[in-house]
Amino acid sequence: MPIPGPLHSRIAPLCTTQEWRDWSGYLCPATYQPSHEVEYFAVRNAAGLIDVSPLYKYELRGPDAGRLADRLLTRDVSKCRVGQVLYSPWCDEDGYVIDDGTLARLGSDHYRLTAADPSLRWLQDVGYGMDVEIEDVSTRLAALALQGPNSRAILESLFSNLSLGQLGYYRLLQTKFKDAPLTVTRTGYTGDLGYELWLPPEHAPALWDRLMDAGRGYGLLPVGLAALDMLRVEAGLLLIEVDYTSSNHAHIPAQKSTPYELGLGWTVAANKADFIGRHSLQALAQPAQQLVGLAVSWPDLEREFGKVGLPPQVAGRASRTPVPLYAGGRHVGQATSLMFSPILKTYIALATLDSQYAQPGSDVEIEITVEYVRGRAGAKVVKPPFYDPPHKKAVQRG
Amino acid sequence: MAKRYDAIVIGGGHNGLVNAAYLSRAGLKTLVLEQRHVLGGATVSEEIYPGFKFSVFSYVVSLMRPEIIRELQLVRHGLTMLPLESTITPLPDGRYIYRGPDSAATFRSISQFSTRDAEAYREYSYAMYHMAKAVKYILGIRPPDPTSFHPRELLALLKLGKHFLSLGEENIYTLVKLMTMSSADFLEEWFETDPLVATLSASGIIGTFLGPRSPGSAYVLLHHYMGEIDGVFRAWGFARGGTGGVAEAIASAARGLGAELRTDAPVAEVRTRNGRATGVVLADGEEIEAGLVVSSLDPKLTFLKLVDPEQLPSDLVGAVRNFDTYGSSGKVNLALDAAPDLSCLPGDGPHLRGAISISPSVAYIERAYDDAKYGRFSKQPYIDIILPSMIDPDMAPPGKHVMSCFVQYAPYQLAEGTWDEQREAFGVAVVDTLAEYIPNLKDIILHRQVLSPWDIEQTIGLSSGNIFQGELSLSQLFFLRPAPGYAQYRTPIHGYYQCGSATHPGGGISGAPGKLAAMEILKDLRK
Repeated sequence: MPIPGPLHSRIAPLCTTQEWRDWSGYLCPATYQPSHEVEYFAVRNAAGLIDVSPLYKYELRGPDAGRLADRLLTRDVSKCRVGQVLYSPWCDEDGYVIDDGTLARLGSDHYRLTAADPSLRWLQDVGYGMDVEIEDVSTRLAALALQGPNSRAILESLFSNLSLGQLGYYRLLQTKFKDAPLTVTRTGYTGDLGYELWLPPEHAPALWDRLMDAGRGYGLLPVGLAALDMLRVEAGLLLIEVDYTSSNHAHIPAQKSTPYELGLGWTVAANKADFIGRHSLQALAQPAQQLVGLAVSWPDLEREFGKVGLPPQVAGRASRTPVPLYAGGRHVGQATSLMFSPILKTYIALATLDSQYAQPGSDVEIEITVEYVRGRAGAKVVKPPFYDPPHKKAVQRG
Repeated sequence: MAKRYDAIVIGGGHNGLVNAAYLSRAGLKTLVLEQRHVLGGATVSEEIYPGFKFSVFSYVVSLMRPEIIRELQLVRHGLTMLPLESTITPLPDGRYIYRGPDSAATFRSISQFSTRDAEAYREYSYAMYHMAKAVKYILGIRPPDPTSFHPRELLALLKLGKHFLSLGEENIYTLVKLMTMSSADFLEEWFETDPLVATLSASGIIGTFLGPRSPGSAYVLLHHYMGEIDGVFRAWGFARGGTGGVAEAIASAARGLGAELRTDAPVAEVRTRNGRATGVVLADGEEIEAGLVVSSLDPKLTFLKLVDPEQLPSDLVGAVRNFDTYGSSGKVNLALDAAPDLSCLPGDGPHLRGAISISPSVAYIERAYDDAKYGRFSKQPYIDIILPSMIDPDMAPPGKHVMSCFVQYAPYQLAEGTWDEQREAFGVAVVDTLAEYIPNLKDIILHRQVLSPWDIEQTIGLSSGNIFQGELSLSQLFFLRPAPGYAQYRTPIHGYYQCGSATHPGGGISGAPGKLAAMEILKDLRK
């Protein structure tokens, strides 16, 4: 049974729908209000506040902290400067992805790693013999994601001392909130301008209050997981156990994925110091399958649904039910996250396809169900992200 | 030597821009000429008071064709459509009717008046959904000419006939009722709660010189139901940055496709030679040549001003002279220092992010119409309010708001005095009416912009200030819009076309006339 998290006293009264989800054992609102689309649009057009405290968080301290991170992740951690954040997957020895997350470098010998799954044991195993202190801070650190084009203005009104305008994408600042350390990272899971705020849980409710208060004139709304799921699909960001299976949880080898198969080949720094999975990955650089984006043909949906006299029926929320894909009558992959993008007016999907069909512009067919009967609609391969506004990465000059 | 283009589009409103975008996409070197300093026509956002952006004229979007959004990649060009999901009708006795995305909450709210109506409301929504689905087909096609024996026209008519027969008996009857009844009479077959009938029937009078009891208003009701967002009918939206955000996105798409867009370039005349359009002359005398000229203006301007009517068949000139463009609505835009507080539901809440409808009874709206019939603005008008800054906070400084009030009725022709003399009195009547429901309103107004139909005509050129470029009455729709025999975007002058809201399928921010006209033009070019 999921339990209340550090912000429960704040989110529970706002969650008027009483629609809760279980995120790593914590109660999280699926939507706060009847229409999750209002929350979705708050992030795309104004700002949204999301409780992301259930993430797993680890601190690495000591002379070998960087070495541990470098051995763990596929990215080259030696290039990560203090104040920088890296996104990276990590693999098992066979080169299959275990999990993915962000690594923030807080000091020369001090890093913080986020993970979707509990990872202390693996970190300890990878760091065996190294001079590094590994601490599970999952319950000692709350996290708030403030996302959307107005997030900077809201944060600036609260922390006038921070030069947020100059803070680059995937960079961080450290400050204090009520004498407690507060880390501000320019990161998020929405593909928009946004920040994540990391602080001790006892101070998180007060920060929530201040943000909600400051956000009043900026259209800030609390945002639940239903909207977040849509935002991340548009941003082309993967979700573990939905778009890929952790190699730790795969029942059969075929369920495992390499970074190359997940479209994360860019994260594999093959020339850096030795890391877990490196030797295996060398042979896997030409994947048989690849993760891609799909845009489903609307005229095809109109045609298929029109056969029974219906306009296209599309799910209002992101669907996590995998759907087979075809080319030339043959099964060539599956869509794993599907949704109608309210901003793009397009039915989009994250999908894994046989490599020969994975080039942007390729045509495949996606299975659709019209009144219980299976049919097919055309879909075009596109390169994610589907939605990539300039303000996501923009930095103010001066 | 005069500059030369393949096509010139007169008028930079949203339909003109859509038309230019599609023509450019087909490879035509296209120029758009807009008389004002800004693009958008009635689809425009302007900072009328420092820090406050007004959707000056049109204020909501429901009909924008999703395929145009996709085909022109308008999202990449900055278009964001935000949902506008609720309507609240405050009543003088302190009660209210709230209809929103939460169907149970809507049910409970209507139940306060009548449980019968709360149940009927769900069935009514389904019935109107079927109607919208039935008419949607018509929105996407060029109107066939029922008098022609050309195989192409006969085939189109046959298809249309087949479509209607496929609707089934019950739907056909409902459709005929919608075509002939008044909106209030139609709705009273469903509901007994007067303020609910009044609010729903208001959709049947918006922008037209009809009252809720006037036959034919039920069709306008349907026109407002045809709006489709994401395949969901009767979904209203609000564009980021106001309705000007829609025009800016289309303009950016058109530019990206190679179109040239010029502002401050009023066209005085369309040049013709031997019955063919050859270009335009601007008000300052500049001549621009083009093989094609497309007018997005209303037919009075397209046929009676831009070209010499002597070149046109007299039946067309007669039809255009009789084309009803009488304006009946006004707009009051307010800059507010704080959020308005409704006496029926004080404080902040989702109801402020939707529409607020001042339509307490059918008799109230009908009385407002009575004023207008005899040349006076309504002392107690029907008002459709939205607070754009509640939906898009960038429309006003933090904590402050803009309020858009669509007001009916305000007749173009006043019985006494001019609009210059009456404008502020009209503004006062609107604010006085609003203050009955929003007690703090008068204390928070920073600026008031009042627009009569006359102002609409003077500013953006819509003849007599009709927001649809011509009444949406049955006599002016489909193959009769704007004139029998000229409903397929062509004119008697070769190479001269029409693409505005006065062509099928009519007014509203849909882009459909602009696109359908472009498709016909391109078809002619391929011949």
